[in-house]
Amino acid sequence: MKEILGWALNLATQRGTPYADARIVDDRSRSLATKNGKVGHASDAESQGIGIRVITDGAWGFAASKDLSRSAVENTAARALAIGKASAQVKRENVRLAPEKPVIATWTTPYRIDPFTNSIEQNLELLLKIDGELRAVPGVTLAETSMNFKREESWFASSEGANIHQTKYSTGAGYAAHVFAGTEIMKRSYPNSFGGQWQNKGYELIEELNLVENARRVAEEAVALHKAEQCPKGVFTIILDSSQLGLQIHESVGHPIELDRVLGMEANFAGTSFLTLDKLGNLRYGSDLVNVVADARQEHGPGLGTFGFDDEGVPAQCTSIITNGLFTGYLTSRETAHTIGANRSGGTLRAECWNRLPMIRMTNISILPGQKPLTLEQLIADTDNGIYLETNKSWSIDDKRYNFQFGCEIGWEIKNGKRGRMLKNPSYSGITTEFWNSMDAICSRDQWTLWGTPNCGKGQPQQVMGTGHGAAPARFRKIKVGSAYKGN
Amino acid sequence: LIHREDPTGTDNSKGQMLSKEEAGGIFDRIRKYSTADEVEALFYGGHFALTRFANNVIHQNVAEENYGISVRTAFGGRTARASTNKLDEESLERVVKASEDLARVQHPDPDLLPMPDPQERDRASQSGVFAAPPSRYCAETAAITPEMRAEEVARIVRVADQHKLTTAGIFSNSEFVEGIFNSRGSNDWHTQTSAEVSITMLAEDSSGWQKANDPDVGKLDPPALAEMAACKAIQSAAPREIPAGKYTVILEPAAVLDIVGFMFWDFGGQAILDERSFLNNRIGTQLFGENVNIWDDVVHPLQSGAPFDGEGMRRQRVHLVKNGVAERVVYARGTAERMKKSEHAAKVGPIEPTGHGFPLPNEMGEMPINVVFGEDTNAQTVEQMISSTQRGVLVTRLWYIREVDPYEKILTGMTRDGTFLIENGKLCAGVRNFRFNESLIHMLSNVEAMGAPVRASGEESFDMVVPAMKIKEFNFTEVTKF
Repeated sequence: MKEILGWALNLATQRGTPYADARIVDDRSRSLATKNGKVGHASDAESQGIGIRVITDGAWGFAASKDLSRSAVENTAARALAIGKASAQVKRENVRLAPEKPVIATWTTPYRIDPFTNSIEQNLELLLKIDGELRAVPGVTLAETSMNFKREESWFASSEGANIHQTKYSTGAGYAAHVFAGTEIMKRSYPNSFGGQWQNKGYELIEELNLVENARRVAEEAVALHKAEQCPKGVFTIILDSSQLGLQIHESVGHPIELDRVLGMEANFAGTSFLTLDKLGNLRYGSDLVNVVADARQEHGPGLGTFGFDDEGVPAQCTSIITNGLFTGYLTSRETAHTIGANRSGGTLRAECWNRLPMIRMTNISILPGQKPLTLEQLIADTDNGIYLETNKSWSIDDKRYNFQFGCEIGWEIKNGKRGRMLKNPSYSGITTEFWNSMDAICSRDQWTLWGTPNCGKGQPQQVMGTGHGAAPARFRKIKVGSAYKGN
Repeated sequence: LIHREDPTGTDNSKGQMLSKEEAGGIFDRIRKYSTADEVEALFYGGHFALTRFANNVIHQNVAEENYGISVRTAFGGRTARASTNKLDEESLERVVKASEDLARVQHPDPDLLPMPDPQERDRASQSGVFAAPPSRYCAETAAITPEMRAEEVARIVRVADQHKLTTAGIFSNSEFVEGIFNSRGSNDWHTQTSAEVSITMLAEDSSGWQKANDPDVGKLDPPALAEMAACKAIQSAAPREIPAGKYTVILEPAAVLDIVGFMFWDFGGQAILDERSFLNNRIGTQLFGENVNIWDDVVHPLQSGAPFDGEGMRRQRVHLVKNGVAERVVYARGTAERMKKSEHAAKVGPIEPTGHGFPLPNEMGEMPINVVFGEDTNAQTVEQMISSTQRGVLVTRLWYIREVDPYEKILTGMTRDGTFLIENGKLCAGVRNFRFNESLIHMLSNVEAMGAPVRASGEESFDMVVPAMKIKEFNFTEVTKF
């Protein structure tokens, strides 16, 4: 593969480009699913190609092709150069890249069991066993299970001398029970919605999730929701489970800190951000308990945002995003770092595959757990009146990331420190900074989970990326609850 | 598949499109490698290029060439799929084996149908009518070069500069193929082009947006769209904050598309069988206002896409909603057979394959993807709707729409890029953006006026032919900060 990358870089440098990089990616994925006792789908997919990025006349060009023959690779490099020249027709400043020492390295996701070596038959049997457990509960009208594996092998080289071979594995699995009765459809998912839990691990993740053991409980909760009270409307103390808090971080911290959004580069599609440059180091984002990092390093855990190097060859790093409530950092790239006075990229430029331009993406955007031991049960016991919400059902936020509304699959009333009656259709809404400033408790490390969000969309053409979000259950005061159902 | 030996760096250096004849040759080799009872291959890919701009400069500019093949094999009630974009002999053999390995280990499904033969493929349904769509390939669109895209972006930037605004957006073009072959002799091929422009204009505290696409680039007028987006940004400057509540709203076509798109998953037979459709127990009932008529019609002149489905069945014209009554849903072949045997059979209207299935195997079944709203005999322009509105809100675009309640079809989302207060029949000011929580059933029962349906394009749903709508009592629940 190094030779093929060399064909691209040689042609680009021979034609005078000050910078070029090339990535060959070989993706392999497997997706298995069942529905109501049958195999829903069983599919394998692979995709391979090269993406070449160049700077010409001070502007970017990018071209990609599935064809790795020498003539095709050189042709693709030439297309990238021509596209860069066209970009330069509408520019005001030359692209500036923050310096980065070129790296020659190999990195692989630590894993115990290669998921592609596991028996397909056994995988389907496990899913069908879960399906049987879900449908054994009277009232369940639809049972869905799924299991997904991905292996992404990439070779990156740049005209500066970087040469990186990286292999990433990811695994995901989960299920849901749906119950249709009367005029309502209720749903419970495990371990999370969005296809369950996803991490950069091998098949060992499946073994860790206790999938079968939780199936009956989840199905019973879906049925019980039909008899539950509607979640009340009003202003309440709420406690969010760690998976919902993970999505809250994704939407109201992860996206607004993307520096390309802040700079207007996503204004036409994903939107901009309320976190204008003047807010860095000045905005009180949350309460003193709120500490958020963007950490792509292996030591943070096997998140979907964990890697050795980003897609422009910058090593994985940890950036403090919110420090004791103060806004302290953005997600940056080599192109954007200078706009905040940084002399180096934060290493967050990633592409969905070989045929997409790398762009700033969340890595693992995680809230740090509380310092003092605190379990969810203890947090509930410490709460006089409130609502505990679990597992995301709907999510929406405006294009500057101020106003959000989340719905959860299930809630419970908290009365005098005890979890009380079940509540259906719980939802809450608010303004990002007001919400994070209302956080007055977060559980400790033993309650912290690194969740995976496999479906983050951004860019034109749109790219779907996996991101990681570590979170522990946390409590928020004076939150608006229930406006999702007002007046309908 | 063959690159011309022409590394000149122009867009003319892109490879030739995969032809049906080449694909047929590949399928013959796939059949040779397969030991399955039946085999099917889907072909897809082409050339795609997109020039992206922001802050009045081109900041991203990409091109891609890719083709792939997806092989489905079937052994007596067991089926699976494997896909690759590597088309060498070794990879073709491997992809066939991968599909067969996934299929063989399954338990047989007695409901799995044999692949359709040409006779079944061509058979018109009892109520549907099949006609060939117009050509959707435009040589001028395919021939657009990076320089031409840059020139068009420069024109858009000039509009922004003239109005002292900042612009962001895209201009893209593509040519692509979709094809299907199966071992029962059925095959079909579709070639298409697409050009698309999307423009945001930003002022200090306001913005405006327009988007359009068409197979024929000549039908697009980017500078005119830029002027319209600029006008919205200027007119909505210094937005007022008005309280949330129920308002008469006028949704422009893109806003209509983005919100109504969330109900069409439910217009498939499999969604009824799965009891996750809001149409369960509601087909044949007066669900919406009598002025609402909806078809799925792939051959409509403003529609797009291939005239066959994921099994190669002809897409038929289906009247989904007739005068506000949910008349029927669409079906893949297998779904239709399962529906006939189900407890729902007597209450779902006509049951027959309509050519709307996704590639098998899948859990979702089918859905209408060529949606066309019927024209109101009293169609009004947006200007006429505004002039007849005492107090209301004009919405350019909706954003981040998600489902809150699947059976009452309550959706939440935000307004974006041009939201205006209407008073006494006139636009009087921009307003801060709203969050809505609104039932689609409620909304489509409250349509007071409609425009002429147009081909619209948004970001939350697929393209469709929809009118602007004036709707009473639209439920805004919160106001954001801008």
